[in-house]
Amino acid sequence: MDIRVQEAAFDLGDEARAFAARQSGMGAVVTFTGIVRDVGGRLDVMEIEHYPGMTERALTKIAQEARARWSLGDVLIVHRYGRLRADETIMMVATAARHRADAFQAAQFLMDYLKSRAPFWKKEHGRDGAAWVAARDEDEAALDRW
Amino acid sequence: MDVLYFAWVRERIGHPRDRVDTQAATVRDLVEELRAREDRYAAAFADLTALRVAVDQELTDFDAPLAGAREVAFFPPMTGG
Repeated sequence: MDIRVQEAAFDLGDEARAFAARQSGMGAVVTFTGIVRDVGGRLDVMEIEHYPGMTERALTKIAQEARARWSLGDVLIVHRYGRLRADETIMMVATAARHRADAFQAAQFLMDYLKSRAPFWKKEHGRDGAAWVAARDEDEAALDRW
Repeated sequence: MDVLYFAWVRERIGHPRDRVDTQAATVRDLVEELRAREDRYAAAFADLTALRVAVDQELTDFDAPLAGAREVAFFPPMTGG
């Protein structure tokens, strides 16, 4: 299990390749990547704040829960904080399993929980000023299916 | 104990943490004490449904006991991913 919270950019290809390379006997690797979205060309900077200490604990707990529910070989979570620009990579998860169903479902579970249970907050700085991104009801509702 | 604020809660209060001497039994009692401090605290804690709380870095609710707690954090619903 590899969980990283960092300000620095990371290379999706390098991370995915390294993750896949250190598995053995795993027939499936699923990756998900979150990217800064600029709706309407108004975004200047996406600022991501987090709660050092709790963030790592929360992510570890979510990853452990995924490992308890599905048959997984490994889990990777990388999440950035700081000031990001449109189209930059915010975060990624990767799961490795013998079979794809476990890898897909676990990745989706990780994302659903990470969205509303890991202490990150986004603030959009744009042409029209700055505003905190509000949590969406759908994100909270997404947890019910698990 | 240390009381931490994040995102717009931090902005509304004007700083990221307070060192608080309190006998508050629950998070809700602590919120009442903070509200009484100054207007900006009252504004930040005006609507508890808009807030989440963690005690010693574990998400909990406003009725959680504070006995032995070292760190309490207040923040809006999280928006990771």
